[in-house]
Amino acid sequence: MSFGVLPNTVVNMASSSRAQVISLYRMLLRESAKFPSYNYRTYALRRVKDGFRENIAVDNPKALDVLLNQARESLAVIKRQVAIGQYYATQKTVVEGQRNRNV
Amino acid sequence: MMSKTVTRKLLGSMCGLQTPRLTYCQTAVTASRREKEMIKSRELEKEELRPLYMDFQATTPMDPRVLDAMLPYQVNYYGNPHSRTHAYGWESESGMEKARKQVADLIAADPREIIFTSGATESNNMAIKGVARFYKAKKKHIITTQTEHKCVLDSCRVLEAEGFDITYLPVKTNGLLDLKQLEESIRPDTSLVSVMTINNEIGVKQPIKEIGQLCRSRNVFLHTDAAQAVGKIPIDVSDWKVDLMSISGHKIYGPKGVGALYVRRRPRVRIEPMQNGGGQERGLRSGTVPTPLAVGLGAACEVAQQEMEYDHKRISMLAKRLVQKIMAEIPDVFLNGDPEQRYPGCINLSFAYVEGESLLMALKDVALSSGSACTSASLEPSYVLRAIGADEDLAHSSIRFGIGRFTTEEEVDYTAEKCIHQVKRLRDMSPLWEMVQEGIDLKGIKWTQH
Repeated sequence: MSFGVLPNTVVNMASSSRAQVISLYRMLLRESAKFPSYNYRTYALRRVKDGFRENIAVDNPKALDVLLNQARESLAVIKRQVAIGQYYATQKTVVEGQRNRNV
Repeated sequence: MMSKTVTRKLLGSMCGLQTPRLTYCQTAVTASRREKEMIKSRELEKEELRPLYMDFQATTPMDPRVLDAMLPYQVNYYGNPHSRTHAYGWESESGMEKARKQVADLIAADPREIIFTSGATESNNMAIKGVARFYKAKKKHIITTQTEHKCVLDSCRVLEAEGFDITYLPVKTNGLLDLKQLEESIRPDTSLVSVMTINNEIGVKQPIKEIGQLCRSRNVFLHTDAAQAVGKIPIDVSDWKVDLMSISGHKIYGPKGVGALYVRRRPRVRIEPMQNGGGQERGLRSGTVPTPLAVGLGAACEVAQQEMEYDHKRISMLAKRLVQKIMAEIPDVFLNGDPEQRYPGCINLSFAYVEGESLLMALKDVALSSGSACTSASLEPSYVLRAIGADEDLAHSSIRFGIGRFTTEEEVDYTAEKCIHQVKRLRDMSPLWEMVQEGIDLKGIKWTQH
């Protein structure tokens, strides 16, 4: 399971797929931030960002398609697991309670 | 002779508490009883913040992707995978076989060579006792090391009682096996050599490839307990010439209660089965395969294969950060085990002049362990540290830090700061530390009783 492409430097990608990539990236980050568990939340956010950064230079449309499908699958997994985490939420960890953070 | 105040201070620093005035003998007895009660188990209060998890060698949290793969098999696809007559059985079997392929792909094996078990302990038992008993007519000798997991050592002990000869090879001070010694201990009647790939207490990585070559040339089977290694370092059972390999689910972000045993088919390794019954798993391990757990193990293996490079880079970076931070601030800290031939995520540090249990108690915001979970019930220092020749007092002051896929820089920094602070505080209370600061050589002191 890996993630798609961050398009801000890729010039020759079709504008529709560029929009798709940006919207998927935003949705993945938004859903990942909802994990109640500190470790899962930080991991998902970090992995999405790094995954997109890794594939920044991909412009072959077939490869892009594969990556985008994987990203959509990952989004579905994250949504389900966030819901489960919320049903079984528990106390925060020591590093979270220390100060008000966004993460 | 030590004065009462020095005694009190000494025991006080060792227990992290101020002890009342007692004679030396009385304090010694109550100290050991007190140590047993020191880290009392209790449940967290409602608003109490959870400690950071830094004990990845004991077990790992399940990756969300693994749980997601398992749930359908817990909720809807609940059939017995060995039922041949209906869709419930077929879909369950298909999940199980897919998982088998995922496990096999991680270690470059054939799916037919993977047997699902209840964990690495069962796999180890099966491998060692199974091979020994099958070939016992002609071969009665088994070789293992002194730093193996308790289940391996205990299986060997049981075999000794059955009449086998076991050689427990010592390890060098860096934790690695001496290949010359291994070569010399192989006899014509040796059936099996068992060496773990990565040690769970000190993180040392054994040269399995060289050991495999040696064993293959002398016609001896090689079993390796790869519970801590699978999914973390690249493994190729054909390249390494390994004949049997134990895999544990809950060490690679999979579910607890499942593991696997790799049993080579070419050249064939025969095992006497320990669990008899309906002939499942090639007759080697009868019993219904727990499909959800097997699917979880398979998913964990697939995720591990995809994430191996990313995780390894990140864990190495975090481990370096932790060790450098700690060693820069406090002196007399020793890393147990070879600094190069190791898995970076398992860091065993000995803090001189500080007692391990009291440091653990002081670091109550961080989930750590000193020595492995299976030996922490007793007060004895870990046998692994003893085997690498650590000084008795250094063995008592060792802490194992585990770093894994979900560890953050924040957690590492918090752990390092807390550790530095507590070690300094405990050392300030310790008269031994005072004496060392004054330049006294502790080894030259003749301690006497009152």
